[in-house]
This record gives sequence, C-alpha cells and structure tokens, in this order.
Amino acid sequence: MALSLDKYLRMSKLPHIWCPGCGHGIVTQAIVRAIDELGLDTDKTVVVSGIGCSARAPGYLHFDTLHTTHGRAIAFATGIKMAKPELNVIIITGDGDAAAIGGNHLIHAARRNLDLTVICFDNNIYGMTSGQYSPLTPQGSYATTSPYGMLEKPFDLCNLVMGAGGTFAARSTTYHARQLTNVIKEAISHKGFAFVDALSQCPTYFGRRNKLRTPLDMMNWFKDRSVPLRAWSKMSPEEQEGKFPVGVLTKTQAPELTEVYAQLVEKLQQRGED
Amino acid sequence: MRLELRLAGEGGQGLITAAIILAEACAEYTQLNAAQTQSYGPESRGGASRADVIISTDEIDYPEVKAPDVLVVMAQEASDKYVQGVRPGGTVIVDTTYVKPIPKSEAERLKVVEYPISAKARDLGREIVANIVALGLVVEITGIVPKDAVVAAVLDRVPKGTEELNKKAFFVGVDAVKEL
Amino acid sequence: MTKKRARLLQGNEAVVEGAIAAGLTFFAGYPITPSTEIAELCAAKLPAIGGKFIQMEDEIASMAAVCGASLAGMKAMTATSGPGFSLKQENLGFAVKGELPCVVVNVQRVGPSTGMPTSASQGDVMQARWGSHGDHEMVALSPSSVQEAFTLAVESFNIAEEYRTPVILLMDEMIGHLREKVVLPEKEELVIRNREKPNMTPEQYKPFAMDHGEIAGVPPLAAYGDGFKFHVTGLTHGEDGFPTNNPAIAEKQLKRLNEKISSNKKALTRVEKFYMDDAEVVVFAYGGTARSARKAVKDARAQGIKAGMLRAITIWPFAEDALLEVKRNSPKAVIVPEMNLGQLVLPVKRVIGDSAPVIPINKIAGQLVEPEEILLAIKEAM
Repeated sequence: MALSLDKYLRMSKLPHIWCPGCGHGIVTQAIVRAIDELGLDTDKTVVVSGIGCSARAPGYLHFDTLHTTHGRAIAFATGIKMAKPELNVIIITGDGDAAAIGGNHLIHAARRNLDLTVICFDNNIYGMTSGQYSPLTPQGSYATTSPYGMLEKPFDLCNLVMGAGGTFAARSTTYHARQLTNVIKEAISHKGFAFVDALSQCPTYFGRRNKLRTPLDMMNWFKDRSVPLRAWSKMSPEEQEGKFPVGVLTKTQAPELTEVYAQLVEKLQQRGED
Repeated sequence: MRLELRLAGEGGQGLITAAIILAEACAEYTQLNAAQTQSYGPESRGGASRADVIISTDEIDYPEVKAPDVLVVMAQEASDKYVQGVRPGGTVIVDTTYVKPIPKSEAERLKVVEYPISAKARDLGREIVANIVALGLVVEITGIVPKDAVVAAVLDRVPKGTEELNKKAFFVGVDAVKEL
Repeated sequence: MTKKRARLLQGNEAVVEGAIAAGLTFFAGYPITPSTEIAELCAAKLPAIGGKFIQMEDEIASMAAVCGASLAGMKAMTATSGPGFSLKQENLGFAVKGELPCVVVNVQRVGPSTGMPTSASQGDVMQARWGSHGDHEMVALSPSSVQEAFTLAVESFNIAEEYRTPVILLMDEMIGHLREKVVLPEKEELVIRNREKPNMTPEQYKPFAMDHGEIAGVPPLAAYGDGFKFHVTGLTHGEDGFPTNNPAIAEKQLKRLNEKISSNKKALTRVEKFYMDDAEVVVFAYGGTARSARKAVKDARAQGIKAGMLRAITIWPFAEDALLEVKRNSPKAVIVPEMNLGQLVLPVKRVIGDSAPVIPINKIAGQLVEPEEILLAIKEAM
C-alpha cells in the first residue's frame, strides 16, 4: 500500500525536516491518499504553500509546487487558478500563515468562491520560529510569547471561512487519519472554495509547554476534545465548552469564480463577433 | 505656434471632458499636437476643477500650462484663482451665470468675453452641456482648430442619444462669438 | 471627418495598450491614485480578449497573484503607486528570487507615506532599486512621454520574459495622467519576445540551471500544468529549485541571479542623447522631468549655448557607460533635475567624479521642475 504512494513523493528529498512525533506527516499523507483515491492528474495538480513548518510539505510532493512568502500562498494560488482554471490547486498552510499574516487572503478567497482547496496544518503554534502563540492557540495555553498563558481568544477558522462566504469547511485531526483523508477528498472534489482545518500536533513546541509531552498525549487531547458533528449539534453550549466539532461542517453550492469569469469572456467575445 | 488654454470651474461641470475633446480634435483629426493635463481635489462633484490644453504645431516639450492664452471660468472660485495667471493680452471667457464681472484692474490687461454659458445650456434643456457651449466659444475665438474636427470629437465622446443636443450646444457657443 | 492614425491617450492608458500589444494576459491590482486607470482599463479590456483580470484584496496579494499567473505561463502585470509599491516589495523580491517574468508599474506620487496622492514625484527611484531586501539586481524603465509609455510597456515585457525577471515600469504622475498624441504601431511593427521554454524532458529539466540559456545565466521556464512538476521557493535553492544550505551552491546561484542582469548591462541600459555631440553643459534627466530638460536645452541652443541632454530611459541598471562618455568630454557641469531630493545625484557623482560639478535641481512638493530653472542652471554653469 505504502509503495503505491511513492509516485506522489519526491523520494530524493526525504527524510523531511519535521520533528519526531510531528503531525504534519500524517496530514501530508492524508492529502496524498486523497489525491490517489480521487485519481487526480498529477501533471495538472499544483500544491502551493506559505511559510512555516507546514510550508515545507510541497517540497516533498511530486507535482508542480510553489513555496511562497509568509501568509501569501492563497494569493499566489489565486493567480495560478485564474490563469489556468483547469489545474487542481491545493494550498498547504499553517495556522499562523492562514489566520494571522494571511488572514485577509483567506477570507477574500472564501468570499470569491474560487475553486481552491486550502488545508490548514493547524498546530496552534508557530513551530518554525520555535513556539510563539498563534491566533489558534487556546486561551490559557503557554507559548514563548505567552509565558503567563494566552490572553487572547482564538479564531474558529471554519466559522471564519463560512462567515466569509466559503462554500465548504471541514475539520479533522491527525488522530482521525481516515476521516481526515475523507474530508480532504471531499474538499478537493468540491467545486468552489474549500477549507479543511486539520489539527496537527506539535509536541516539540506546544506539547512540552502544555503538559502534553508525548505525541500520543497530544493525539489523545485531540480525541478527547473532538465531537462528531451529529453529536455536537445536540450539545448545549456548556457541554460544547472546550470541545470542537469534526467532520464536514458546511457544504453548499454557489457560482464559482473561474466559471463566472469564463461566462463573462464568452459573452464579451460573442458581442465582439456580432 | 503654441496656444495654452485653461478651463476652470467646479467638479461635475464637465470641464475635463471638454478639454479632452478639444485635445482629441487636434490630435486625432488634424496635424496639430495637443497635450492635456488637469488638477483636481479629492471631490468628484463640487470642489475646484481645472483642465488644461496645449495646442501646438511643434512638438510639445513642457506639457504644463504656465500662463494661459485663453481661460474659461465657470465658477467664482475659479475666476478668483486663475484670472491673474492669464498672459497679458490673453482672453478670459466668463460664464456670467455663476461668475461676477472680473475686477477692473485685471480686465484692463485682458480681453474679456462675457456670456451666460450655463444659462444658455439650461435653455437647451440640460445644463450639463454647458461644457460644450464653452468649447464652442473657445474654438470660435481662437480659430485654432477646424470646427468640424471638434464636432467629430464631440460626437466620439458624448453618450448615445445626446449627439444632437451636444452639437446644438457647440454651435450655441460658436454663434455667441459672432454676436458679440 | 476622417480620423488620422494618431490617438490622444493618457500615459496610463498607453501602458495598458503597450502591455496588451506585448501579450499581457493577466492583471491583478488594487485601486490606488494615480495608477488606478491602468487597473480600470485592464478590467474593461482583458476579459474581451480572453485575458484575466482580478482586483485583489490588497497590494501584497496582487503581486502574489501576478507571480502565480507568471508561473502558469501568463504575461502578467500589476500597477500601483507609492504606498502600494512599498507593499509590493515582499513578493517583488519573490519574483526576483523565483525568476518570474512580470511587470510592475509604479506611477510615482509624492511620499513618504500617503504623501500627496495626485502630485507628481520621482521619489521611488531608489526604492525601485533597493526596495526589496537582500542583494539583487533590478530593471527599471522610465518613460518621458505617452508614446514612450507604450513602447516601454512593450520593452518591459520583453526584458521580463527574456531575462526571467520582474521589470519595474517607473512612471511618474506627470506622464501617467498626461494626455497627448501617440501613434500606436501596428502589430507587425513590434518585436515581441517570449520566455524560453524547456526543450528537455521533465527529468532533465533544471529550472535554475547554472549553465543553460540563450542568454547566459537565464534558464528556460516551464509553465505549471505542462508536466514538468518543478519546485519554486523563495528559499535559496540549487539548480533543481530545492532549498540548499550549501554555501558553495548558494553563492553560485546568487551570483548567477545578479550577473544575469549586471553582465548584460550594455544590452539593457538605454539612453537618449539630445544635442550631446558638442555639449559643454549636460543635463542628466529622466521621466517627466526630461520634458523640461529638453525645452531648456532647446532654449539654450537658441541662445547659442552648447547644452545637451543625456536622458536615462533605463534607470536601473544605471547609465554608467553613457556617463563615462560624458566624463571623458569634461563638461562644464552635469545638471541633474529631479522631482525628489536628489536620489540620482550620488550615482551620477560616482561616475563623473571630480571631472565636473554635479548640480542638482530638486522639487519635492508636487511641482514640476520648470524649463526656466534648468536653463538658468545651464547659464550659470557656462
């Protein structure tokens, strides 16, 4: 089974730079499995990333790949997708990348309903710079820049994307590897802007500071706090406190930007011929 | 030969459009060179507005108007601000609908043409064509560009359905000069 | 009445006409005075010819989208002004590092910061050269007429494509908003150059090859979706495009990146010489300010004064060779009029040295340098 996935990897670029126990390999594998199960044309699939630990993933993937500047992956990807709508464009981003420095690009891509798939490797910490708090760090958690506990409230990125007009939002975790693959498959298949909040453990910089010393502790932490969507909807706000729903949270249909644009081009060219 | 013109009034009076039409008439229908520049405040409507045109038989090096040979003023503020900058012996065309007679000290060194430009445009049915009436005055007074070139340029630019109105407005301006 | 071939166009409009003539297929931008007309015209024209236009959420994103579109094989452009140009620098640096052909128009206005949005300036000359961090070369062209805004838009794309590099079309508000007579060349009169595509297998393809290229140091560029499956990163990378920490490889690549421009300076740097053959006083001018310089030189000549103008069409790389020639003729003075506090005075002095006084004339509050001021300086120098 593992062998069949080799063709999606740049084997000569491995081993990867991630720490032992990091969740990013699991999320990357889920993406590769999703691509494989969907049978995407590898010549027509582009993977774009920003800056951070997550951003190194495209370097290991055998597609056209683009490792951009911090927070800007979605904006670069917008140019690629608008230029060549026939390409499958997948964005790998981190929580700091997507929600802090790149927050503006995230909400606007959602609003446009451009056919992009964004997978957020959400480890709620800045790992590459060794453990500062991000907009996804839970309140009270410790980071190098929240030595007394995180004072601010974190984003709910799925809600943010939904509020901005995104037509697909899902959440899963590295604990739920099979579900994670399935929601990524569904996200890639979705015509329109699709966002997946993929919770991934950072034992090195988050776990150690927050009494979750081993990768297993962190994955159990995901398991204990996650609630399937069906059960979630029946819970009271008090019961929901400290937990989060997993699964496909929203999936709707709306006109997709490159299709709307193509219609405009057609209309104008017909008018030109008249 | 180089002629410097300035059209000044308020935003929304269509003076930039009139200046562009005049420059287009020269550049696109004759051998004349033309350069058009403008200055405006942050307001799209109201606020001071100024559009300049240089018309020349030679290459236009410095494209900014420094001391206009002809100035059209269609708002009091514009008159107060720009009349003093007109070249001695130059011409000021005053829209008496909105502008008081220019001070005697200035009038003595200039040729002053007074005409109720905006009121006449209103008489045609729409004050918005006052800019084209003004254009008629400028073209007839300067004689620098053939009238049919200007009419063609007017028709290139004005909205569909307003061609006749604008043409009429242009000749109201032209004929006004003859009557003066 | 029949129209002649000439048209009255605004500088900003001419840029769009030139870009489209050069093959522009993608524009991403963000509204900012005094460059907005460029975005507006692209929005109107590109969909009608099957090109792509998008107004992005900010200046950073529009530069990013341009990089992405370039990698997808498009001829891509963005346009901005001062504050927006500052924001573009991040991904302009990426375009340099990723060697992505694209054109960035900067219609300069008075700064710093919001400054004077509708007033002309040449205050971004040094930012164009050094706005992005790190050692890099930059190509910047500055038109001094609406006609030239067209031709240099074409030239910007040609250089961008040929050298796999971003090119800055460094306009100023004076030329951007000026309307004047232009004659647009017919398609067949134009030379249009396109990036070299790889003619090897994906396995053999090295997107950052050291030794390949019709122009030394410029490797061919595949397009995403063409099956080459290549990697582009802002990290310092080897020939295959993947990050490296090997100092030897890093140094080689960074040198190639710089030398592909610096060693081709002669081919890239264009000047106009106006009455320079016997000039005793030289005005070194560029952009809108060169219009005043031309008038001043003509007026000086009419008075029997041997003045000339050396006009930099290419601002970067700098016109060193032409200035060295000036130096050899030992002029009485080199006058440098600029709508800034003298950003090009030191580069001029660096070449001219002690062979002649270098006299700046500076305007910084939106006023233009007037021909009379330059003429006066010419006379004083005699």
